[in-house]
Amino acid sequence: MALFIADNVSKHFAGHTALDRVSIRVPEGSIFGLLGPNGAGKTTLIRIINRIIGPDEGKIWFRGEEMHHKHIAHIGYLPEERGLYRKMRVGEQAMYLAQLKGLSRKTAKARLHEWFEKFGMSGWWNKKIEELSKGMQQKVQFITTILHEPELLIFDEPFSGFDPINAEMLKKEILQLREKGATVIFSTHNMASVEELCDHIALIDRSRKILEGKVKEIRKEYSTNTYRIVFNRMNGPLADILGNDFIIVDESEDEEHSCASVRIPQGMGSNDLLRRIAGRIDIHAYNEILPGMHDIFISAVKENQGK
Amino acid sequence: MNKILLVIRREYLTRVRKRSFVVMTILGPLLMASAFVVPMYLATMDDGDVKVIKVVDETGWFFGKFDNTGEYIFNYSASDLETAKTELSESGEFALLYIPRRELTVPASAVIYSLRPPNIGLQGYIKNVMSKEVETQKLRINLEEMELKEADRERAMKLPELIRTNISLVTMRIDQEGAEEQTYTEVMMAVAFVSGLIIYMFIFIFGAQVLRGVMEEKTSRIIEIMASSVRPFQLMMGKIIGIAMVGLTQFLLWVILTFALVSVFQFAFADSMPGPEVRMAVPVTAAGPEGEAEAADAGAQIARVFEIIDSIQYDVILLSFLFFFLGGYLLYAALFAAIGSAVDSETDTQQFMMPVTIPLILAIIVANLAIANPDGQLALWFSMIPFTSPVVMMARIPFGVPIEQIWISAALLILGFVFTTWLAARIYRTGILMYGKKVSYRELWKWIMYRK
Repeated sequence: MALFIADNVSKHFAGHTALDRVSIRVPEGSIFGLLGPNGAGKTTLIRIINRIIGPDEGKIWFRGEEMHHKHIAHIGYLPEERGLYRKMRVGEQAMYLAQLKGLSRKTAKARLHEWFEKFGMSGWWNKKIEELSKGMQQKVQFITTILHEPELLIFDEPFSGFDPINAEMLKKEILQLREKGATVIFSTHNMASVEELCDHIALIDRSRKILEGKVKEIRKEYSTNTYRIVFNRMNGPLADILGNDFIIVDESEDEEHSCASVRIPQGMGSNDLLRRIAGRIDIHAYNEILPGMHDIFISAVKENQGK
Repeated sequence: MNKILLVIRREYLTRVRKRSFVVMTILGPLLMASAFVVPMYLATMDDGDVKVIKVVDETGWFFGKFDNTGEYIFNYSASDLETAKTELSESGEFALLYIPRRELTVPASAVIYSLRPPNIGLQGYIKNVMSKEVETQKLRINLEEMELKEADRERAMKLPELIRTNISLVTMRIDQEGAEEQTYTEVMMAVAFVSGLIIYMFIFIFGAQVLRGVMEEKTSRIIEIMASSVRPFQLMMGKIIGIAMVGLTQFLLWVILTFALVSVFQFAFADSMPGPEVRMAVPVTAAGPEGEAEAADAGAQIARVFEIIDSIQYDVILLSFLFFFLGGYLLYAALFAAIGSAVDSETDTQQFMMPVTIPLILAIIVANLAIANPDGQLALWFSMIPFTSPVVMMARIPFGVPIEQIWISAALLILGFVFTTWLAARIYRTGILMYGKKVSYRELWKWIMYRK
């Protein structure tokens, strides 16, 4: 079931269209990557999901109901541009934001102490935000985002500003939140973390959605039917063995093994390649090369912009 | 609804707890009190001259009760008020203390006529002597009655309460011709100007706080989180109301503290005068009323002044002050919020501040003119226009304004701030999320007209 659906959503600002009939489905319990170049319209879409702004056309749905102001209590949002009241004390600020999301004082306090303990921030309660380092502020902000245990979490570049250790901790927390049933919309330019975390993505470029689906399927779809063979050379170059129909994309060699990437032409399969080489070279490893999100991102955007 | 209360609470508490708020709260009354007290103090720092005060006592109760000090000599005169007044400017006497007779009641008021304002120490001393004397007399009368009715215990229990007397002492400055109503007008003018000025300052000081508060949220980027939790309108109104409450709190504290400080000083000065002896029983020497018609006439005149002062509609002044104070603030605070939302930095505010500050400055200028001519056309119109009415109307009200004019002005002011709030809300919700763009008036207009 989809937790969140945007149906043909458009948003115009004076002079330009920020979103043009964008539809996305965010399945419940997924980590949904929202990708796109700068200025593509991601932030606008995120703001619409948060109900910070309303769409000009189209509808948005939350858990099968048309999105309403009451739903924002079930959403947690970590914006890319982090911000807190600089002069306010950490505890007070966190309490304030939690209460605005509908938590009672008591619950907010109990949960905050729990999280502060967990993140090793127990002594921070009475510090002013401006006295904290940037990384510390990030932690405070992260906690205020998830404190009301939202069903839908929106993280915009959550790892920026975190050192590798804290980033790792954060990643674990995100995965744990998902395990507990939360759905995560995750916007980033870091494609490695998309591959690592996301199971669905949508790619937005120039106000339009140009790609959406399961990460696995998309990678399959973008596969160029290329296989990697690690082998020990027998007699003669690989090209001679493969013949003309298979194309060697890349070939390398080290002291022990040779390695080659081979693209299989249309109309032929992996087995045809295996049959060709079996017995003629000594195969150590054989696997399909799936394109990375990085390449998919670039080729999809280029293709869209080439139109 | 709950959320707007949370916002108000935060805006209020964070400001009230600031060190600058505490400092201002203490410093303000000190400054204001010193504005009262320093002249008083300077007035008591005597030139060493012995001042003669002529006492015209129609009641005859206070004959010989004011003791001469190194500073003041009390001369008891049997002449009537008018003669005494005309004599005052010629005789070189410092002041004339007039205690009018009141039919049916004990004397409880007096007037000091003087060419120069009498200092507070003298006033305190006179009040002190008079109330002691009146209390003594009342006690005596009561005791006599008790004897007649034979030990009425309950009455005796109530005695201290029964005899408590508040002397109202009015100071009147008179010019050479003896025209005395001047002081009354001066009081009115002071009330008018001060209340107009306070409203003006309040709007500027706390309007600027709204502006800075909105800008702080925008530049610190917390706005994105806030906007995903509360409606922009709730946030804006929460801030405006919260800051209004900060202003009211500060104002109230100022009034209380100033009052307290001034009274403390007054007591201190009054005590520096010689204390009157308490005499238990003194026969009342009824003043032989010479020229009775004359005296009655003067008495009526004084009564009229008291009447005027009593008739100042304090409730009307106070209520309209509170209303115009808040109304004016709300009207301008919304505009300040809109400006704060539209700009990225303090320097960009300049171009939008102009149209907001000009009507305010105009208001204080017109208020000045209105005090001189409270019923003029200029004063009338500017006390109706919502952008200037809070200041100008307050400058008129102490002189007495037809109640229907106040109602019309109030209704227009309500319409005015509903309008500016509506306008500001439309600018605000777009402006707070807009970065890195230098906003023009054209742009603002587009935001206002944008349909959703």
